[in-house]
Amino acid sequence: MDIKDIIKPENLVYKKSELLIDTIMHYCPGCSHGVVHKILSEVIDEMGIQEKTIGIAPVGCAVFAYNYIDIDWQEAAHGRAPAVATGVVRLNPDNIVFAYQGDGDLASIGTAEIIHACNRGENIVVIFINNGIYGMTGGQMAPTTLVGQVTSTTPAGRNVDLNGYPMKITELIAQLPGTSYVTRQSVQTAAAVRKCKRSIKKAFQNVIDKKGTSFVEVVSTCNAGWKMTPVGANKWMEENMFPFYPLGDMKDSDKKEVSNN
Amino acid sequence: MGELRLMKGNEVLAEAAIRCGCDGYFGYPITPQSEVMETLMARQPWEETGMVVLQAESEVAAINMIYGAAATGKKVMTSSSSPGISLMSEGISYIAGSELPCLIINVQRGGPGLGTIQPSQADYFQAVKGGGHGDYKLIVLAPSSVQEMNDFVDLAFELAFKYRNPAMILTDGAIGQMMEKVELADFKPRWTNDELIEKCGSWATTGKPAGRKPNIITSLEMDSAKMEANNKRFQEKYRKMEEEEPRYEALMCDDAEYVIVAFGTSSRVCQKAIELARAKGVKVGLLRPITLYPFPKKAIAELSCRIKGFLSVEMSAGQMIEDIKLSVFEGGCIVPVKFFGRLGGIIPSPGEVVKALEENFLKG
Ligand SMILES: Cc1ncc(C[n+]2csc(CCOP(=O)(O)OP(=O)(O)O)c2C)c(N)n1
Repeated sequence: MDIKDIIKPENLVYKKSELLIDTIMHYCPGCSHGVVHKILSEVIDEMGIQEKTIGIAPVGCAVFAYNYIDIDWQEAAHGRAPAVATGVVRLNPDNIVFAYQGDGDLASIGTAEIIHACNRGENIVVIFINNGIYGMTGGQMAPTTLVGQVTSTTPAGRNVDLNGYPMKITELIAQLPGTSYVTRQSVQTAAAVRKCKRSIKKAFQNVIDKKGTSFVEVVSTCNAGWKMTPVGANKWMEENMFPFYPLGDMKDSDKKEVSNN
Repeated sequence: MGELRLMKGNEVLAEAAIRCGCDGYFGYPITPQSEVMETLMARQPWEETGMVVLQAESEVAAINMIYGAAATGKKVMTSSSSPGISLMSEGISYIAGSELPCLIINVQRGGPGLGTIQPSQADYFQAVKGGGHGDYKLIVLAPSSVQEMNDFVDLAFELAFKYRNPAMILTDGAIGQMMEKVELADFKPRWTNDELIEKCGSWATTGKPAGRKPNIITSLEMDSAKMEANNKRFQEKYRKMEEEEPRYEALMCDDAEYVIVAFGTSSRVCQKAIELARAKGVKVGLLRPITLYPFPKKAIAELSCRIKGFLSVEMSAGQMIEDIKLSVFEGGCIVPVKFFGRLGGIIPSPGEVVKALEENFLKG
């Protein structure tokens, strides 16, 4: 059979989402951010919510997320995306609002904002990229950096006496009555990507159903920051991150326990 | 004639917001302005006009809620007092850098640090020179009465949307806590969605309909040439404000030999002081800047060519005096510019002001 007989519309099993803008991404090859952007584009596209969706980009490597997904976006200050999202959704309850944040953004400088937005049960999706490091600023320690992990500010490895312990903020978020769905996913294999997409879709559906905050952590690689090859970074993540940050749903309730929308 | 009431300055800010069609308020309690949010919560405007009111977890969160909501084209405001405004400064810089309209109210108290809860004007520099990082300006209105607290809410929103720029009402604990007769504005409906799209649809993040480009609100630009162009656009806007928006009140300046410059609470004291001085035969007038930025430079420059000197009276160690000196310098008629101020939350008395006038200009 000739290849031309195979490449026909009726045989199409996969295509790039129209929402993913045709441009060169600034992400390093092997970085998880690009994959999560692709999933987000597909979910927004498939759910038909482009006209209603407003994204809040963080300060961190995903600061340029607004260049890649064809929706309205706001760029927040470092750590403040949940407060920005609160302002948007409180005044525009019919819009679908998501905050996209890294682990420095969400679990360090923006701890107060994320805890309080989740505790109020803001009707938003939070996508939390946990790569255990500050990618954008060149690989410094994040609150999520593992014990012993080498970064540019922990050259001898994270020492708990000096730096404290890695923070499992998602476990903390799951305790808050304002959240309805809290899960931890990853995107290093095709199967993981499919699972993560199901979670992100569910999170958006929850917001449409006004169930309060839905929180999706994606345990991610930063091979450039970790100074590894993309494949080596995936392996390191599976061997070191997953035991400390176990994947799976932490909370999946029908409704949040507080109501404000 | 609008509805007449006896009200506190802070309460009037809340009432004026509801009546002028404000869409939302986000804030965090701090003395001496907590009555703004308390009044709003008691009034429950969400039942009446649909206005949203939310107590944030901090001033940092409050200003970022404002940033988010303002980016959607809504009319939103926050209020705080000095330490809280310092916390908001990063967010204010982002709002200015993203060219968003909103209203920020600073009911000043004395600083630095935790300072005092008594009234002060020591946040003048912070308000008019930027406060946060980068080259930006706020439109700054300084009310001197409870009536102006009412009038300036609507005016601030009007200017903020006209220039797509954050506006600030810079007042203090005395006017915030003081009760006076006020004629309230009539109710204006909030903008409908269609009106909002008509006015702000070209930039606001309302959700991207098919066929329009995404609206992106950001202050980030990695290309220095483009960032310089953005800054030049901001500067042009500020020059236009300086041309078109300075507002002031001149009292007994026509025949004056000396002019006191004072705003807000200290201008009320100086109004009495010029009466006392005139009773003693000193020809003195009062120039009260209403917009602190843009500063009424031309009015000061013109006066400088026909008077013998200025006295800046402030509840600070002398901040506005720098703008007066610049205005005199730019006008070209150099006359002495002197200062009298009280610090730490103390309001000067009219007698002290007259004495300062005499000591600076009439002795020896
Ligand atoms: C107020 C403030 N402090 C510090 C920075 C510098 N900064 C930019 S990104 C970043 C860390 C981002 O790390 P993370 O949130 O983990 O995201 P990643 O880049 O790894 O995706 C820091 C500290 C900033 N932009 N603003």
